[in-house]
Amino acid sequence: MSILILADHNGHSLKISTRQAVTAAKLLGDETHLLLVGANLDELIEEARQLSGVSKVLVADAPHLIHAVAEDIAPLITCIAASYRTIFGGHSSFTRDVLPRVAAMTDVSMISDVIEILDYRTFKRPIYAGNLVSTVQSDDPIQVLTIRGSRYKPSELNPANTADVERIEVPAQGLQLATWQSETKQSSDRPELANARIVISGGRSLGSQEKFQATLGPLAEKLNAAIGASRAAVDAGYAPNDAQVGQTGTQVAPDLYIAFGISGSIQHTAGIKDSKVIVAVNLDPDAPIFQIADYGLVADLFDVIPQLTNAV
Amino acid sequence: MKILVPIKRVVDYNIQVHPTADGKAVDISGLKMSPNPFDENAIEEAIRLKEAGTASEVVMVSFGTESNHDVLRHGLAMGADRAILVKTDKTLGSLGIAKLLKALIEKEAPNLVLMGKQSVDDDAGQAPQMLAGLLGWAQGTFVSQLTIENQTAHVVREVDGGTESLSLKLPAVISADLRLNAPRFVKLPNLMMAKKKPIESIEAETLLPLKDLKVKTIAVEYPASRGPAKILNSVDELINALKNEAGVL
Repeated sequence: MSILILADHNGHSLKISTRQAVTAAKLLGDETHLLLVGANLDELIEEARQLSGVSKVLVADAPHLIHAVAEDIAPLITCIAASYRTIFGGHSSFTRDVLPRVAAMTDVSMISDVIEILDYRTFKRPIYAGNLVSTVQSDDPIQVLTIRGSRYKPSELNPANTADVERIEVPAQGLQLATWQSETKQSSDRPELANARIVISGGRSLGSQEKFQATLGPLAEKLNAAIGASRAAVDAGYAPNDAQVGQTGTQVAPDLYIAFGISGSIQHTAGIKDSKVIVAVNLDPDAPIFQIADYGLVADLFDVIPQLTNAV
Repeated sequence: MKILVPIKRVVDYNIQVHPTADGKAVDISGLKMSPNPFDENAIEEAIRLKEAGTASEVVMVSFGTESNHDVLRHGLAMGADRAILVKTDKTLGSLGIAKLLKALIEKEAPNLVLMGKQSVDDDAGQAPQMLAGLLGWAQGTFVSQLTIENQTAHVVREVDGGTESLSLKLPAVISADLRLNAPRFVKLPNLMMAKKKPIESIEAETLLPLKDLKVKTIAVEYPASRGPAKILNSVDELINALKNEAGVL
């Protein structure tokens, strides 16, 4: 049975969540099609057709799709939905915006944030901010899903894999219900929070915006790590909104996550549970973060961070 | 301009939930229930639009039983004008809610639906987009800033790695992020006054014949546990563990 993946990309390359989705697709069916929506997609098409596991690349390429919105993407998918048993994407703000609209227009339910595939219609997903895991089974003819990628290795590029490319029909213009105006991206040379191999995060005990940067910055530099923050640190203005790690911020699953001065609220730990190794540094030996971490240091972060920075 | 705000009654987000004894559902019996936090952001924003003179009426709706009166009263005390309880004891799922909302919107004819981006029980995050899709309306999801002028809503959305600005043709469905605002506290006199505001009841089946859920929960369990941490005594020990034991440095 065929599987359709809605690709998330930045205009030049596929997001890692999409490559993880391609790997997950092998558990769902035997033929994986990848849908690219955008403008001037030639570079992306080349990448997509070499992705190991992709058998066909569907392309919706038109000037008005350059910053395509859910209102215009969803009808492109609903037109072809009947040919697929599963339509899904990695779990990202893009797919979470588009795919529920697709599901409703196709008159099927949707299952968000799948963390484990049991069979093509049975899945595990977190509920209550990750405090519980529910197993759900769908009787719908088409499964619409987002899959949290951290359990699946990103599919590799294989020059020998040259998937077919098929252009799908695109209306001459958009619906103009919603119009893209502008965007702001976190300005940093460091890796994106959601994709970094190492993430270091700070809590409110960093004390100020200046100290937050001055203390964590050099260590992040050395480790080539992304910098995250607890909700409390973000609310206090020490770190920007998009640095927030947790169920209500960015969910991360790096190889190494180090939490400095973060007590470990439920919503924070829910966002880091899929990390390979979690290290907690906190002065309070009873901080809940120690209950879910792999390694702990009961120590002052202002002592630990400079030592770590020098030693790595 | 009329704004409709759906509100869900959920287990208070500070409370730890557990599976039922048979491991097939979440045991919510006897737990403290509250308005879904993201829905409070949606109500707050709607009331601010009314206070600014942009909106003329704020109508709330909740789906469930008489016990949902408490969350509706909460929203009325925050400043909503009136409330509707759509009565059903069925579990509806996001698609079921979106379909009922669509049927209600055909009667109420709001210009804007403001709702939370997800509920903190199911964490599905689907109903706003589904509703917009069913209505063929514009959608603004995960919104942290909203301004309205001349039949257009300008929104700033929280997206992976930054923000995105869109303009939406009204009518539209907008889903609120926590950062949209800080919901006001409800004062006792407002709560007393809210008791005088009307709550209308509608049987869900009169809006739409309800179908059985296509997605069934077959098990609920605790997540795989990790930790507790191995407590180390020095930075050197930590580096050694990360390099030689865990192999991540």
